[in-house]
Amino acid sequence: MGELTIQTPLSDEVVSKLRSGDKILLNGVVYTARDAAHKRLVELIGRGEPLPFDLPGQIIYYVGPTPARPGKPIGSAGPTTSFRMDVYAPTLIEQGIKGMIGKGARSKEVINAMKRHKCVYFTTVGGAGALLSKRIKKAEVIAYEDLGPEAIRRLEVDHFPLFVVNDIYGNDLYQEGLKKYARQ
Amino acid sequence: MKTVSVADIIKKVKDACMSANFELGADVITAFENAKEKEASPVGREIFDQLLENLKIAKDEKIALCQDTGFVVCFVELGDEVKVEGGNLVAAINEGVRQGYKEGYLRNSICHPFTRKNTGDNTPAVVHLELVPGHQLKITLAPKGAGSENMSRVTMLKPSDGVEGIKKFVMERVRESGANPCPPIIVGVGIGGTLEKAALIAKKALLRPIGSINSDPDAAKLEKELLAAINGLGIGPQGLGGSTTALAVHVEVFPCHIASLPVAVNINCHASRHKEIVL
Repeated sequence: MGELTIQTPLSDEVVSKLRSGDKILLNGVVYTARDAAHKRLVELIGRGEPLPFDLPGQIIYYVGPTPARPGKPIGSAGPTTSFRMDVYAPTLIEQGIKGMIGKGARSKEVINAMKRHKCVYFTTVGGAGALLSKRIKKAEVIAYEDLGPEAIRRLEVDHFPLFVVNDIYGNDLYQEGLKKYARQ
Repeated sequence: MKTVSVADIIKKVKDACMSANFELGADVITAFENAKEKEASPVGREIFDQLLENLKIAKDEKIALCQDTGFVVCFVELGDEVKVEGGNLVAAINEGVRQGYKEGYLRNSICHPFTRKNTGDNTPAVVHLELVPGHQLKITLAPKGAGSENMSRVTMLKPSDGVEGIKKFVMERVRESGANPCPPIIVGVGIGGTLEKAALIAKKALLRPIGSINSDPDAAKLEKELLAAINGLGIGPQGLGGSTTALAVHVEVFPCHIASLPVAVNINCHASRHKEIVL
């Protein structure tokens, strides 16, 4: 398990170096999307229409932040539970996203798509939204403003702390953690 | 007869919505500190440090400690000698929520179940009203996050399933929930009553101070056994492995029908938010 600082957008070369359990500090741009935004993105892809941002190489962060106080870029901004996005994620992975940030285990379909198309799944500490907001330097709504907290935002992050959960080799930090610490 | 004005209720509910989201109780902070000392995983200990730092930032800067600022659940105990003046009690609670979520820069998370259209002001609150003797109006306000609520379940066991059946159901629920409800969690278990009574007492169990022990020795024994078993699962802080999966198990019991054994498991994330208002 290593400690790495990486920069977005992610290349296959960088993604190939990551292993489950690695501690990552992320610099660059991530795009936010939750349930409603995923639904719209996948519908656009299905109709062959243009998307609000280019997917290849990007990271999607499953987050619905609280409103920013005046003078702050964003409010509280921790991860939401990922399994709700499992039905949509394989389509976005096929389109070239290289990372997802959320919390909780992913489905077999998502994990298989990640292995096939070289994409990793990261987590960060759920319920530490105030702390994580400090690592977000800029936030801008780029699509679906009508969705409020679920709008797509372009975030610029600086030393955003992550753990690699699923790498492209089939390793899973949640499973490894259970094996190591279960007493029965 | 004592009179309580709706203006007072609105103001107190507004303030409680904000403070509940900016600051956790001393019992939660102590539970984090104690768990960190005992946590076997280095990553787990690091997560406790992050959670404690997060609480400090949230309190100092009045920023929500979690972006899921929750569904406002209110347990109201209305004394039968209390008259609410100037309007309706539930409407006043909703107005307090509306004002608190706006003023506190808290997230509006409530939507229509079919259209998913956001109500835009985090209302309505879920209000459980109980008429009690006396001259006091007490509101326990608990913003409940969906990550842990989604992992909660009710089941109707057979009487023959017994305590072993209850344990099996609770353990399966926690195991399957894994990292989803943001461990370390607090597990509320409601046993008995009817379908909705079991769920209600499971939720009420979450309001108890962390680690408080049920006065019924059988319930207390079950709390202790379940906590040890859950912390043996290895899920750990944030599901990344470790010896602290739950900070507490709180069991509440109510008599049930001779044919039934209802059991509800209501899971709370580590952001165990609740405030008490007394008027």
